Amino acid sequence: MPSSTQISYRKSSWWKLNQQRLTPWIFLFPGLVLFLVYVIWPIFNSLYISLLQWDGLSPAIYVGFSNYIELLDDEYFYISLINNIKWLIFFMLAVPIGLGLAIFLNQTIFGIRLIKSLFFFPFVISQVVIGIIFAWFYNPRGVIGPFLEAIGLGNYAILADEDFATYGIIFAGIYPQIAYCMILYLTGLNNLNTDQIEAGRMDGAKGFSLFKNIILPQLRPATFLAIVVTVIGSLRSFDMVAIMTQGGPWGSTNVLAYYMFETALSEYGYRMGYGSAIAAVLFTIMMFYILFFIYRMYQSEKKGL
Amino acid sequence: MVIVGGVNMRKILATIIAVTSLGYSSAFAGTLVINTDLTDPAPKAAFEWAFNKFQEENPDVTIEVNNFDHEGYKQAIRNFLTTNPPDVFNWYAGNRMLPFVRAGLVEDVSDIWSDTGWVDGNLTEGMSHAKKPMTIGGKQWGIPYTYYQWGVYYRKDLFEANGISVPTTWDEFVAACATLKAAGITPITIGSKYLWTTAGVFDYLNLRTNGYEFHMALTKGEVPYTDPKVHAVFDKWDELVKPGYFLENHASLAWQEAIPPMVNGEAAMYVMGNFSVALFKEGGLTNDNLGFFQFPEITPGIPMAEEAPTDTMHIASGAKNKTDAKRFLIFLSRADVQEEMNKTLGQLPVNSGSKVDPDPFLEAGLNMLNNAYAMAQFYDRDAPAEMASEGMKGFQEYMVNPDRRDKILERLEKVRQRVYK
Repeated sequence: MPSSTQISYRKSSWWKLNQQRLTPWIFLFPGLVLFLVYVIWPIFNSLYISLLQWDGLSPAIYVGFSNYIELLDDEYFYISLINNIKWLIFFMLAVPIGLGLAIFLNQTIFGIRLIKSLFFFPFVISQVVIGIIFAWFYNPRGVIGPFLEAIGLGNYAILADEDFATYGIIFAGIYPQIAYCMILYLTGLNNLNTDQIEAGRMDGAKGFSLFKNIILPQLRPATFLAIVVTVIGSLRSFDMVAIMTQGGPWGSTNVLAYYMFETALSEYGYRMGYGSAIAAVLFTIMMFYILFFIYRMYQSEKKGL
Repeated sequence: MVIVGGVNMRKILATIIAVTSLGYSSAFAGTLVINTDLTDPAPKAAFEWAFNKFQEENPDVTIEVNNFDHEGYKQAIRNFLTTNPPDVFNWYAGNRMLPFVRAGLVEDVSDIWSDTGWVDGNLTEGMSHAKKPMTIGGKQWGIPYTYYQWGVYYRKDLFEANGISVPTTWDEFVAACATLKAAGITPITIGSKYLWTTAGVFDYLNLRTNGYEFHMALTKGEVPYTDPKVHAVFDKWDELVKPGYFLENHASLAWQEAIPPMVNGEAAMYVMGNFSVALFKEGGLTNDNLGFFQFPEITPGIPMAEEAPTDTMHIASGAKNKTDAKRFLIFLSRADVQEEMNKTLGQLPVNSGSKVDPDPFLEAGLNMLNNAYAMAQFYDRDAPAEMASEGMKGFQEYMVNPDRRDKILERLEKVRQRVYK
C-alpha cells in the first residue's frame, strides 16, 4: 500500500477495522429506512388505529378492543372471510387448467406460436378491462342473459344473485390467471429432460403414468411458481370486486380487502378504527400463510441440500 | 343523493395529483380561492358564468378555482379542509355536511341569513324554506344555490294505451301497476346496483305513509327501525315488490342501465330525480311521451313533503379571505344569479324570487316544491353516512328478497344503535 493510505489508516482506524462489517449496512440503509417508514411503521400504526374510534376528522377516541368485539358480531365480516376462502380455493383451479392448456399447446405444428400467443393474450389485458368486460357479459342486457333467454332458460344475471355472484367474479379473475399459469408451464415443458422420458418409456411407462411419474416431477419449479402467483392473485381480489360489484348485491361479494376499504375509505365509510381492525385480521391471516409457506420452503431446501 | 359511477382508481390518482399540484397555491388578499367538483359540462358552464359575473361586479377580487373530479372530490375534501382550506367550497345540505361542521371545518354564516345581516333581509325572504337543511345546532353553515325534484317519471303513451290516468292515490297507483303488468309491461324500472335508487323509493313511501316528521326522526336515529310505523312502510312496499312490479335483475343494473327498458317501452315508470330527464331525452323520449307526476298520496291527510336534494356553497373555517367569501355567498344567493345559473344547470333555483325556463319538468317541479310542506334531502344526506350505507344495502336486499324484511330491519336497528349512540 502507498504511504498516503498509511496516514489515513491511523486517522480512521475504527472505520478501517469495521469497514467490512459496516459497508453492507451502509448500502442497505436507504432501503431499510424506506422499509421502516412505508412498511413497518404503517403496520403498527394501523394496529394502533384499530383501537380507536376515529372518522379521520374529529378527535380520535380510544375504545380498546371494542372494534374487534364488534367484528365478531358482524355478518358482513363473516361473509367477506368466507368469500376470501372461496377465492383461495377456486382460484387454484387456474393451475391445473393452465397445465392442461400448456400440454395441449406444447406441439410442433404450423402456426402454434400464433395460437400460443393468442392463449396468452388475457394476461396482457389489464384487470380493470377484464372486470368491465365480464360485467358487461353478465349484465342482464349484455351477452349471457339474452342468450339464456333466447334458448328459453329465462334471463339470469349472476352478479345480482347473492349465492353465485362471487363465483361470477372469480371466473372473471381466473381468466387471465389461467394464461399466466399456462405460460409458466409452457416454459417448464420446454426444459424437460428427454433422456428421462425415453428411459421411462423403455421401462414401460406411458399415458397418465408417464405424465404423473416422469413429467410432473420435472415441472415442480413451474408448479411452485404457479401456486405462488395464484395465491397472490387470489388475495388481490380487491380490484375485481371493486370493478364488478362493489361488494354487492347487499355485501354478498365482499372480500376482506374490499370490506376494509368500504368501511374506512369509501363514500359512506370513514370508520378508520373499524377498517383498521379488519386490516389487522387480514394481516394476521396472511402472516400465518406466509410463515407456513416460508417454513415449507425452508424444509424442502434443507432436504434438497 | 350522489350518482356513483364506480370506484375508479385512476380518478382517485388524478385527485391526488390535483390536490398536490393545485391545492397548495397560497392565497393573498383580494384572492378568493374556490374549490369545486363541477367538472360536468352544465355545472361548469353555470359556474364559469357566475365567476365572471362576480368578478365584473367586484373588480378588486381575483377568483382562483381549483376544480376536482366529481368522485375524487369526496375524498379530496377531507384532505384540503384539514390541511389547506380554500375560502369557498361546494358540498351538500343536511347530514352530509355534519361531520365537517362538527370537526369545526366550516364557517358559521348565520349572519348572512339573519334579517339584520349582510343582505338587507332579502335572503330570509326568498330562501326561508331552505333554511332548515342548512341549519345545524341553530346556526346556518352555507348557502343553497340549486336543487331538483324527485318524483315519478312515466311514459304518457303507455299510460294512454292502457287507459290509465295519472294516479294521485296509492290505490290508483297500485291499480295502474297491475294493469301495466297484465299488459306485459314492467310497471316500475329501477337499477339498484349502486344502491341509492332504492332509497328514493323508501323515502317517498315513508314520507307519504308516516309524514315528514317521522321520516326526519328516523333518519336522525330517534326511532327504531323495528317500529311498527317502519313496518307499515314495508307493507306498502310489499304491495309493489311481491307482485313483481319492479324491473327484474335490478340489482345488477346501474341507474342509467334501467333507462333503456323505459325508452324501449318495456317499462312505464321510474321513481327518479329530475337529472334523469336529460338521459331519457337522449334515449329518444320527448315531452310528448315522457311525463312527470308527484309521488301519490298514501295516508290521506298527511301533508305532502318532497324529496329535493340541495347543492350548497360553504366557507371553510380556515379561509384566509372570509370577507370576500361572504360577498361571494351573498352574490350566489341572489335571485337573478340563481335564475341565470339554474337556466344552464337545468335545475331549480332555491331563491323563490327566481324564474325558471319554460320546461314542463322544471315547471312541474317548481310548482310541486313551492307547495311542498317540507323538503327532505334524500336518505343518504339526511341519515349519517354509516347508517345510509347499511340502510340502502338493506333496501336493496329487501327488494330482491321481501321475505327477509324482519331480519333486515333487525340488522338496521343494530346499526342504528351503534351509529347514533
